[in-house]
Amino acid sequence: MVYSVVGRRGPRVDATDQVTGRTTYAGDINLPGMLVGGMLQSSEAHARIVRIDTTAARAVPGVHAVITGVDLPIAYGIFPVSQDEHALAVDKVRYIGEPVAAVAAVDVETVERALSLIEVEYEPLDVVTNIDEALQTGIGIHNEAGGDNVHRRAALEFGDVAAGFEGAHLVREDVYFFGGNTHAALEQHAAVATAGPDGRVTLWSSTQVPHYLHRTLEKVLEMPAARIRVIAAPVGGGFGGKTDPFSHEIVSAKLALETGRPIKIVLSREQVFYAHRGRHPVLMWVKTGFEADGQITAMHFKSFLDGGAYGSYGAASLLYTGALQTTTYKIPNYKFEGVRVFTNKPPCGPKRGHGTPQPRFALECQLDEAAADLGIDPVAIRRRNLVEPFSVTVNHLRITSCGIAECLEAVVEQSGYSAKHGALPEGKGIGLALGAYMSGAGLPIYWNDMPQSEVDIKVDRGGGVTVFSMATDVGQGSTSILAMMVAEVLGLEPDDLAMVTADTDLTPVDLGSYSSRVTFMAGNAAKEAAERIRDRVVTAVADELGLARDVVVAEGGRVGAVDDETKTLLWADAVRAAISREGPLTASGAYRAPDLAGPYRGAGVGISPAYSYSAAVVEVDCDLETGEVAVTKVWLAHDVGRAINPLLVEGQIEGSVYMGLGEALFEEQAFRGALHRGPSLLDYKMPTFVEMPPVESILIETDDPEGPFGAKEVGQGPLLPVIPALANAVHDALGVRITETPITAAKVVAAQRDMARGGSGRFGPTSVPDHDFGRLTQVDPPEGFDA
Amino acid sequence: MTRLPAFEYLEPGTVEEAVELLVAHPGAAIVAGGTDLFPNMKRRQVRPATVIGLRGVPGMTGVTVEADGGVRIGASTLLVDLVASDDSPPVLAQAAAEVASPQLRNAATVGGNLCVDTRCDYINQSEAWRTASGLCLKDGGDTCWVAPRGKGCVAISSSDLAPAAIAIDARVRLVGPTGSREIAVGDLYRPDGIDRIEMASDEVLVELLVGPPDGLRATYHKLRRRGAIDFPILGVAAAVRTADDGVVTDARIVMGAVAPAPVRVPEAEASLIGHRLEPDVIAQAAALASKPIRPLDNADMGSRYRKWMVSVFVTRALGDLAST
Amino acid sequence: MSGDPISNNVVTLTVNGETQQRVAAANRTLLEVLREDLGLTGTKYGCELGECGACTVLIDGIAVLSCVTLALHAEGTEVTTVEGLAQGNVPHPLQAAFAELGAAQCGYCTPGMLMAAKALIDSESNPSRDEIRQALAGNLCRCTGYNKILDAVSLAAGKA
Repeated sequence: MVYSVVGRRGPRVDATDQVTGRTTYAGDINLPGMLVGGMLQSSEAHARIVRIDTTAARAVPGVHAVITGVDLPIAYGIFPVSQDEHALAVDKVRYIGEPVAAVAAVDVETVERALSLIEVEYEPLDVVTNIDEALQTGIGIHNEAGGDNVHRRAALEFGDVAAGFEGAHLVREDVYFFGGNTHAALEQHAAVATAGPDGRVTLWSSTQVPHYLHRTLEKVLEMPAARIRVIAAPVGGGFGGKTDPFSHEIVSAKLALETGRPIKIVLSREQVFYAHRGRHPVLMWVKTGFEADGQITAMHFKSFLDGGAYGSYGAASLLYTGALQTTTYKIPNYKFEGVRVFTNKPPCGPKRGHGTPQPRFALECQLDEAAADLGIDPVAIRRRNLVEPFSVTVNHLRITSCGIAECLEAVVEQSGYSAKHGALPEGKGIGLALGAYMSGAGLPIYWNDMPQSEVDIKVDRGGGVTVFSMATDVGQGSTSILAMMVAEVLGLEPDDLAMVTADTDLTPVDLGSYSSRVTFMAGNAAKEAAERIRDRVVTAVADELGLARDVVVAEGGRVGAVDDETKTLLWADAVRAAISREGPLTASGAYRAPDLAGPYRGAGVGISPAYSYSAAVVEVDCDLETGEVAVTKVWLAHDVGRAINPLLVEGQIEGSVYMGLGEALFEEQAFRGALHRGPSLLDYKMPTFVEMPPVESILIETDDPEGPFGAKEVGQGPLLPVIPALANAVHDALGVRITETPITAAKVVAAQRDMARGGSGRFGPTSVPDHDFGRLTQVDPPEGFDA
Repeated sequence: MTRLPAFEYLEPGTVEEAVELLVAHPGAAIVAGGTDLFPNMKRRQVRPATVIGLRGVPGMTGVTVEADGGVRIGASTLLVDLVASDDSPPVLAQAAAEVASPQLRNAATVGGNLCVDTRCDYINQSEAWRTASGLCLKDGGDTCWVAPRGKGCVAISSSDLAPAAIAIDARVRLVGPTGSREIAVGDLYRPDGIDRIEMASDEVLVELLVGPPDGLRATYHKLRRRGAIDFPILGVAAAVRTADDGVVTDARIVMGAVAPAPVRVPEAEASLIGHRLEPDVIAQAAALASKPIRPLDNADMGSRYRKWMVSVFVTRALGDLAST
Repeated sequence: MSGDPISNNVVTLTVNGETQQRVAAANRTLLEVLREDLGLTGTKYGCELGECGACTVLIDGIAVLSCVTLALHAEGTEVTTVEGLAQGNVPHPLQAAFAELGAAQCGYCTPGMLMAAKALIDSESNPSRDEIRQALAGNLCRCTGYNKILDAVSLAAGKA
């Protein structure tokens, strides 16, 4: 298939606004009469709120409203099963930094003064700060009666792992720990709200999920959704960090209702670290059986997630740590057991790769270790186990297009991996890993039968095309991708189109920018809407010019005979012909993923209409004395189905590599007890220009049968293999095996010193808690599963 | 937005006026580039009622070579200019180039870096964070959270220039109400994270003075997690004077970011005297240098790793000097 | 000014070639005055403590962080912000290159990145890739992985 717009390398449709400073982020919005809002942070990690006295704060001149938890008593949460949050703490605080009260006032100084005058009397409770404590102590963070702090458990077995281990030539049991880290988008979260005497509320926010935010406001404000308008302003970086409904969003709307004035709340950088929802710290135990040739016979995977103080996406995060192991390698027998616990720290949630980078780190490190045990090379053990296109996994995931083999071969060849691995001078090393990710979660977050994406297109009499979609551009370029798809169908250029996005009053629902769903799902909806427009225009032109309908095409801004330029109309004329015949030229398109869930509880997590595949090779140069790891080059091949815009695909790959390297080497959302070690961009060590290596991006196109123009996701998948590839490279360079992220220089040196003393050179935890994961669900492999 | 607290801002036209203002406004803070003071004020670590800006004081910038070959560096000289000047003592330019980020070096000054406040994981935090933690000694509280049984504040000296300046015997000129005095940079700091500097509250640091070239060759090595932005978590400056045959006749090894003041290690220095900088000599000096250094867990990467790195960095610094 | 208190003073700023006066307390940063008093919201903030580079502007051609610069310290200087880069609707070569090569994703760090890059290429017409890395090392970007920014600055350097 030859396309004219799809596949073209080009700038984003909003690039000019971005480079001229015209893009208006939520924090840039200023409205007449606007007040400033601010929130008081809990100074306690876990405490009962005995009393809050706001009298003095209210008396400060310039203060227009002071609210506390009693003013917003309704609990909410992104997941229907985890309605455990309040916009402002009610009765209890559960982490340091949790919002407790809020003020609206004329300026920042007045807000700060008023906040400082709010008296909160706390009755401190015992504090839970890690997985062990959460499982062992009787302090109930949510469970008032005490007991444990288990949020969710899962125990699933597919096939028979005991039998698989029994026949194995090698069985390895390893423990890994993936440290917590956070999104740290450069834009601090911000929201602006207005509420008029007409009883309507409008909220602009740096959110990735205007639809879910809309639903939350409906619930918490106890207002009809039809009277609430949510607009996602251009988002200054998301990565999953703006995917929950947040206190400041609800509070700004509530304060606007209270005061009748527009309210702006911008979180401080410190508050962003507390709002968090970033990568869960996960302790993992993985037992895998192998044949002598490396073929996997069975895998038993246990994960322990430190969830922080609230549920957030945790019910899914837990299952994601067990779901996608089977999408890269054929695992004939598979058992997953997991538990997510509450601790008195900011809540964890979805960060790029949601719940899957942690097990991917464990799995890919263990594969290298098993290869060494078996005396085969890391490429061979992976080749031996690759999943095949159009197959099904033991845990009932449907695989369609699958370029994992092409990805593997491409990075191995281009990097010269095989000649280098095990052969580079001491200190230099090379590592390999693979990964897979979903092109959109198969199910919406709340159960419903409606489409997951809808797109409307309206064409005016001048030929102007306006595309309406709630898909939210968080920097990934979703608006540009939708514009390219619509332009392709209509024979126009992307910049011919007006794009109206992410506004609940104007645009039909799209569930949001999470789970890498937008290109695939909103793309299919946009393509369908555009095809409906095109079909009407083509029919009108065929009639007008006396042509057979099947010879009429829309391309190059004209509509008419495919082979005779004299029998064509300019797009605008063609549009007028269509409107003259049948009235207003509008159309809608929609997408809902096929029903893919397997026959077990928990099967809703991990299913997707298509999976992307990635392979990474990372080359490192380690300082033998300081343990510092310099990454010299990364090769990343990614099966994107089809690259709608290769420039933007490369951007997602390079950005994923960057974020993966940051997680692998430097970044820690770290605590001393319940206190964040350093909630600032100085103390949170995201890599600078100096640490970033060159990246060789290799695009693999497999033309997915259900993806729009064959496209699949690229926003998250490329991050996954980077972290274990780095760990494997460090092992190749120094012989040390760091089983815990981040792989800091301090850990490397500790492992080297251990090795020098005759130790194993491993650094990381060696055991996991003995835990009862509850009743095991036994699931038969799906029909047609080829073990 | 995170605001600066309100303050009265004064701009003297001369050093003498600056001193008068300091006398008249006890507790006032001096500011030049503001890259240290303003973030600290935004975090409400310090709340001076009066801020005295030096930018209007003429004659406080520039790197000047004196007739005797000594170098005079105005306290308001920007770090970027110190890095760029051909007249800058090389080790000072080397250390200045590793400070923070390009934008901050465009605003930060030599005097500001020499007087940079001591830092600690427990003090360089917002007011809300410190309330949650409980106030530490440097914050007016009665507990040091790093070393609760210790004797005082253990916030660490975080100047990159200080160890380098000490290594080359640089001095500073201070002007106060009773006139001007010179002291060695090595005597400028006190081993206390709070009462950290040997300057009266009404003194102004006006220039950094480096003596005529006397054969001392120096270098500086900085440890930090990232290659930019970060403060040192260990800074090692070393300087030696050698005879024609390469035998060391004089040596300085100065450690920054391990204690409230830069630390010299006399035993290690002495071990070099009378020897060429051969690997075994360097190794012995590195081991001796490491011995008394006790970093605490109040900066990035913790205490154990920073301790391990002392001998590595001393070895590297001396290695530089052996090969030049 | 010898020692007179400067508070709630009138600040005269020349920003992007236009001279304007505003009443601003001494503790107001240049960032606050640009965004809140002059309506120039193109300049961003990401930490407000001098740690991320998002608020980079030029003062007399030198890249500085407006979040830790007093507005009154910019008096008597030429301040340039992202809004002052283009000539009317003709983008600066850096802007064109950033757009063309995908150097902006979410775009939030872009204004600061552009200003730091402008300071570099105005002083060094043909910077090496390592010089670009060093010059932009104080500007954090969370989206791009920096390489496309490097490409864009290299491309623009030849044209500026």
